[in-house]
Amino acid sequence: MTPLRKAALAAIASASLVAAGCGSGFDDNGSKTQQSSGPASLQIMIASSGDAETKAAKDAAAGWATSSGNTATVTPAQDIVQQLGQALAGSTPPDVFYVDAARFADYASVGALDAYAKGDAFLPRLNESFTYQGKLYCVPKDASTLALEINTDLWTKAGLTDADYPTSWDQLTAVARKLKASGVTPLAIGDTRDRIGAFLVQAGGWWVSADGKQATADTPPNEQALTYLQSLLRDGLAKYPKALDAGWAGEAFGKGKAAMTIEGNWIKGALSSDFPTVKYVVKELPAGPKGKGTLSFTQCWGIAAKSKFKEQAAAFVTAMTTADQQMAFAKGFGVMPSRTDAQATYQQQYPDDAAFIAGAQYAQGPVNAPKMDSVLADLDAALQGLATGDPKAILQRFDKNAKTALGG
Amino acid sequence: MAGGIRGNERSAGWLFVAPALLLLGLFLVLPILMALWVSLTRWNGQGSPFTAGVPFAGLDNYTGLIADDGLSRTNFMTSIRNNGYYVLFVVPLQTALALGLALIVNKRRGFFRTAFYFPSVTSSVAISVVFLFMFANGGAINAILSALGVHGPQWFSDPRGVFHLLLGDSAPAALADHSVLGLSWWDWISGPSVAMCAIIALVVWTTSGTFMLMFLAALQNLPRQLDEAGMIDGANRWQRFRRITLPQLRPTMFLVVTLGLIGSWQVFDQIYVMSQGNPAKTTLTPAYLSYRTAFRDFDYGSGAAISFVLFLIIVLLTLGQRWATRERNP
Repeated sequence: MTPLRKAALAAIASASLVAAGCGSGFDDNGSKTQQSSGPASLQIMIASSGDAETKAAKDAAAGWATSSGNTATVTPAQDIVQQLGQALAGSTPPDVFYVDAARFADYASVGALDAYAKGDAFLPRLNESFTYQGKLYCVPKDASTLALEINTDLWTKAGLTDADYPTSWDQLTAVARKLKASGVTPLAIGDTRDRIGAFLVQAGGWWVSADGKQATADTPPNEQALTYLQSLLRDGLAKYPKALDAGWAGEAFGKGKAAMTIEGNWIKGALSSDFPTVKYVVKELPAGPKGKGTLSFTQCWGIAAKSKFKEQAAAFVTAMTTADQQMAFAKGFGVMPSRTDAQATYQQQYPDDAAFIAGAQYAQGPVNAPKMDSVLADLDAALQGLATGDPKAILQRFDKNAKTALGG
Repeated sequence: MAGGIRGNERSAGWLFVAPALLLLGLFLVLPILMALWVSLTRWNGQGSPFTAGVPFAGLDNYTGLIADDGLSRTNFMTSIRNNGYYVLFVVPLQTALALGLALIVNKRRGFFRTAFYFPSVTSSVAISVVFLFMFANGGAINAILSALGVHGPQWFSDPRGVFHLLLGDSAPAALADHSVLGLSWWDWISGPSVAMCAIIALVVWTTSGTFMLMFLAALQNLPRQLDEAGMIDGANRWQRFRRITLPQLRPTMFLVVTLGLIGSWQVFDQIYVMSQGNPAKTTLTPAYLSYRTAFRDFDYGSGAAISFVLFLIIVLLTLGQRWATRERNP
């Protein structure tokens, strides 16, 4: 073998060593991560709803950092699911991050979250959204629920009064007919499970079982709920936003194209900034055959299982979830506090939100099971065609897909 | 083995290509092999996929895409259908447009050459966003259509396939009731959705500039004498193009069609920016589905498997296309 050839071989051998070195960079030493005490520099990733939330979170974090002697860097994510996915795969997740209730089970099931939470101070229905296999992982940051918004001008124009606010499905149909007769679309409703699901809860059903292990879509209550909504859609008593040339139901409502809509707390901010002249009231959703039902949307303060500063991170979360801080967030960007003891204060300061607050007591959280994202996306596609589709077929299709995903 | 005076050149040659081999191996071959390993596991995205604790799945991720009746197969086949129609429209259109532009520019230089090439050098994300505005419900395209008396569709929220629109809305039972690979025949023949058509238009417009440049380079290398000989023989303009110019462009044509095929099977950024697979999954493509499966569902194994199946499809199609456009001696 010539010297040059030897050199070439040596080069290739060292290249593979370098490659092996890269490979070992992936290694993680088991489940326990070395903890550091003392001053921490916390990385916090948030999925911000806008500048107001980013500013409020940054201010609060800076306040905590100064008083506790740590540093805290808040990073608003463009696409938190993707950014977290990459950070987790690279074993360098942020210490604290928002976890959406709809995605919580995915993170919990792969062991990305530290189960630090002791959640007795928070609304029990919200805690359920962050419980996986009987264990509470993280505490809810805030809450939003769905309620019925009614445009009072269109309401009186149709000859309806305060006494007519619907409290049952039958009354909803009745007022919708009157509104339609007055020449306005009665109800604008978003075409996703995040709105339509409320009807399922009111009928006493839900997509999956309470423990999130079984698909339970194909049941009489669910079919009843979808059939009812289908009848509203077919009779022109309810319309999806697209049919009203709007991006979402709140836009159709704000433009006065619909007299009622079903949206959450966020509609307040949207209406006051985009459609400040609309006059409306917020009522609880009409009850179905099995009583009242609504949906809740929430995020929690997740702490990474791989964080080096879990103790300090837990202290940070405690500081972010005091009643005072939650009220400050409520003022800053219009969310409801998730603490039980902050509800009364909030109700006092925002009496118009009574319907949202009442809903938080009985609201159903999102589907809490891992690997369901594509199944739920498929469900949404089917719900978009509900007006012409077969409710039972939609529910059966969901069950079939969910069974594979849940492995049951 | 070191026989003759050129014996040493062999090892010197290896030394010279070593840097390139090293870089390719480290940043191309090695990651591909790593991804191949991930596609055989149920790695959940936590820590390293190369530890003992990662469950080995064998070929399960692949059979889930192709054989097992379930949502992952339905999604994958839907994405194959969408991308198939996309390729079917994009490749011929962009090739024809590029050739046409090259023929025009071949005569006139300067301004138009820059103008036609401009879309290709602009960021695809920026162009996608501009197109989103143009195709909005009250956007420029619909404004022009309504000026012509046509009521434009809601481009990015219209999941209806164009072949379905031509055939009428109701599905014949024979087609709707029988399915193959998780989609009914009726779904297979839907054609690209209205939303996908907008994306097709965008891609044809942006890529034709690059391919125009390739055709242009080839056109300028063609010997003038052959064309003149054709003129002397009394061939008209079309005959000279069809019988003299086009056959000489065959290698360039092969290059353009191959690059077009590969590029359009990998379409991702436009989908990611404009539609995210919506409406009703009609703009879902394998590349985007792979990304979504891995980074949204944390199903990295299945996501990697999708990209390998896609790789196989591209290789097979390129071989097939090579075979179809081979030199045939009469």
